[in-house]
Amino acid sequence: MAIEFKPSPSLPPPVNSVGALAWLRQNLLSSPLNVFLTLFSLYVLYLLVPPIIEWGVINATFSGDTKAACTGGGACWAFIGVYFEQFMYGLYPSEETWRINLSLILLVLLVGAFAIKTINKLYLSLAIILVYPVVAYFLFAGGVFGLTVVETSLWGGLFLTTLLGVVGIVASFPLGVLLALGRRSDMPVAKSVCVVFIETIRAVPLITILFMASVMIPLFLPDGMNFNKLMRVLIGITLFSAAYMAEVIRGGLQAIPKGQYEAADAMGLTYWQSMILVILPQALKLVIPGIVNTFIGLFKDTTLVYIVGMFDLLGRIQAANHDANWLGTTVEGYAFAGFVYWIICFGMSRYSMAIERKLETGHKRN
Amino acid sequence: MSNKTKPNNSLLNDAGTRALIFQLLLLSVVVFVGYFLFTNLQNNLDNRGISTGFAFFNEPAGFPILIHLIEYTDSGTYGRAFAVALINTFVISLLGIALATVIGVVIGLARLSNNWLVARLATVYVETLRNLPLLLQMFFWYFAVLAALPAPANSYEFADFLLNKRGIYSPNPIFQDGFGVVVVGFILSIVAAVALIVWAKKRQTKTGLWFPAYWSSLGLIVAITFLALVISGFPIEFDLPEKSRFNISGGMVLPPEFVAVLIALSTYTGAFIAEIVRAGILSVNWGQTEAARSLGLRDSLTQRLIVLPQALRVIIPPLTSQYLNLAKNSSLGAAIAYPELVSVVMGTTLNQTGQAIETIGLCMLVYGSLSLTISMFMNWYNKKMSLIER
Repeated sequence: MAIEFKPSPSLPPPVNSVGALAWLRQNLLSSPLNVFLTLFSLYVLYLLVPPIIEWGVINATFSGDTKAACTGGGACWAFIGVYFEQFMYGLYPSEETWRINLSLILLVLLVGAFAIKTINKLYLSLAIILVYPVVAYFLFAGGVFGLTVVETSLWGGLFLTTLLGVVGIVASFPLGVLLALGRRSDMPVAKSVCVVFIETIRAVPLITILFMASVMIPLFLPDGMNFNKLMRVLIGITLFSAAYMAEVIRGGLQAIPKGQYEAADAMGLTYWQSMILVILPQALKLVIPGIVNTFIGLFKDTTLVYIVGMFDLLGRIQAANHDANWLGTTVEGYAFAGFVYWIICFGMSRYSMAIERKLETGHKRN
Repeated sequence: MSNKTKPNNSLLNDAGTRALIFQLLLLSVVVFVGYFLFTNLQNNLDNRGISTGFAFFNEPAGFPILIHLIEYTDSGTYGRAFAVALINTFVISLLGIALATVIGVVIGLARLSNNWLVARLATVYVETLRNLPLLLQMFFWYFAVLAALPAPANSYEFADFLLNKRGIYSPNPIFQDGFGVVVVGFILSIVAAVALIVWAKKRQTKTGLWFPAYWSSLGLIVAITFLALVISGFPIEFDLPEKSRFNISGGMVLPPEFVAVLIALSTYTGAFIAEIVRAGILSVNWGQTEAARSLGLRDSLTQRLIVLPQALRVIIPPLTSQYLNLAKNSSLGAAIAYPELVSVVMGTTLNQTGQAIETIGLCMLVYGSLSLTISMFMNWYNKKMSLIER
């Protein structure tokens, strides 16, 4: 008669190695130092979070037309409501703001059209890069098809911030690629021109470039030839970020093994063919994080135009803070600006991570 | 019919010639643009009656500068104002770099902490500050935080420090006769400490015996300096800030402009440095730590002797560019009237004299050389720290 082997049922794991309790022990209370750090962090949170919630939500006033409506002792969000249009469009005439909205919708539609499989992507890209800017410019500035002219000095708020950011990003990218290629070129003249340009721009702060754009450029142009200030500032911002972009892209170009260059040559490709078809697609993919970081930096740097007298989002908030009817709403203004900038910049950085994952084509170590 | 294709020997198809032609074209474009701008500049300057040159440096400036570390009165010259602004820029950059490094290292280590809460808080700090424009942060500190402090009469008091709308007031040390003894004692103690460390290292390489050189040299410095203080009878007095009804007298004051720029610069750059430190430490292979442990090194020694030296190699190059960014970003102080280079030279001086070329050129030159100096120093340090390959 065979004796049947009956294993006794396994014991449950010790209470303090599973569940919430174990997690607490491991992650918060593993050593005396950790206990102290946990308590300290909790204290910091206690100091910061309840007052902020109390100020921003519980005691806050969300609607109203004057400062007198804010009686709760907390944040006065009514201030943001009253000034919302200025924060978004600057001093752009309110009956004309549909033009800004329309061009934004147009852009979203065009970019969204990439999702449709039957559309030729090349034509679509060309439409976005070549046709759209012209349409948008005439929508913003007016003067054709019976649209009233809106002076660029009235442009402002988030609209101006976005305009500076988008134009800077779109224009500085190709320029940065050219500069990076020039710096890696065998031709001594091309190389030295690029090196001098890149290093000069990178050595000085953006403010000096903006001052140069707003004060010095008129001195360098013949009489009668003059751009408006927005255009000059745009040129300054573009040149500035192109220099940084060039260095990022150069990093990518250097990371491509020499064999790729040689293979492209061996195929009989010309310089531009080998760059566009072989080298750049690989190099740019490598440096997406760097490129996006430059874009984020550029977007944050657009706030500096306030110093040369243009009223972007931050500038409009500064101006609104000086309104005698709304004294003491400084923090609300900055909180709103911070919220907008943070969403955009954080969104860009997360989006770049998503692209990186999407373009990851293997060669993954471990 | 010959099978031989005729080689296309046209000069235009020769790579060398094409490169030459292209470069000649580029060069002539650069020269032409340069010439065009230069002649326009001369015409415009003539038309507006602006004389070039730095002669205006000797003229009285006639504007006050709030913060000056060297003597400056309203009747000082533009040259003097430039010197004051230059010093202000250097001071804020150096202090900012020191403070940002401390913040960056602390937050970077905190993000790697195995304490969940600490790591999360550090992440929130980094992601918040990195994604907000520096100018906004400066405005926030200056207009929202420091401007909301109480008037001098109701200052916050911590020990002998006062905090109010007008800035931070601290005791001002006044050195009496005989303070030289203390200085000499301090210098001697440092010499002794260095000698001790050198001796301990030599002995360790020779005999393998270990000596707690760093702790004992620290003790040596404190002890000798304190002894010198006692011998000379504490030749130092403090001028304490006193509250009167509307004002504060005495003491040393850090104006709110200075405090706001310093806080904004160092916390902002600190967030970037934290990421660099974290990435550097993560880049050191875990096997290195395991190997160190299997050699029987304590955790602190593992960090100091194995992980940190290897991490520093990865950290230094990006750290350099953060330092450069900080120095350049100090120019944003102009927006809240911290009297640094841009606000004094490119702001007030340019407005009063109209010498656009000189003032903007001078600023670019100063920032250019500042960048060059920092990057040269960091390159030297990087070379010293980098892997010596055999």
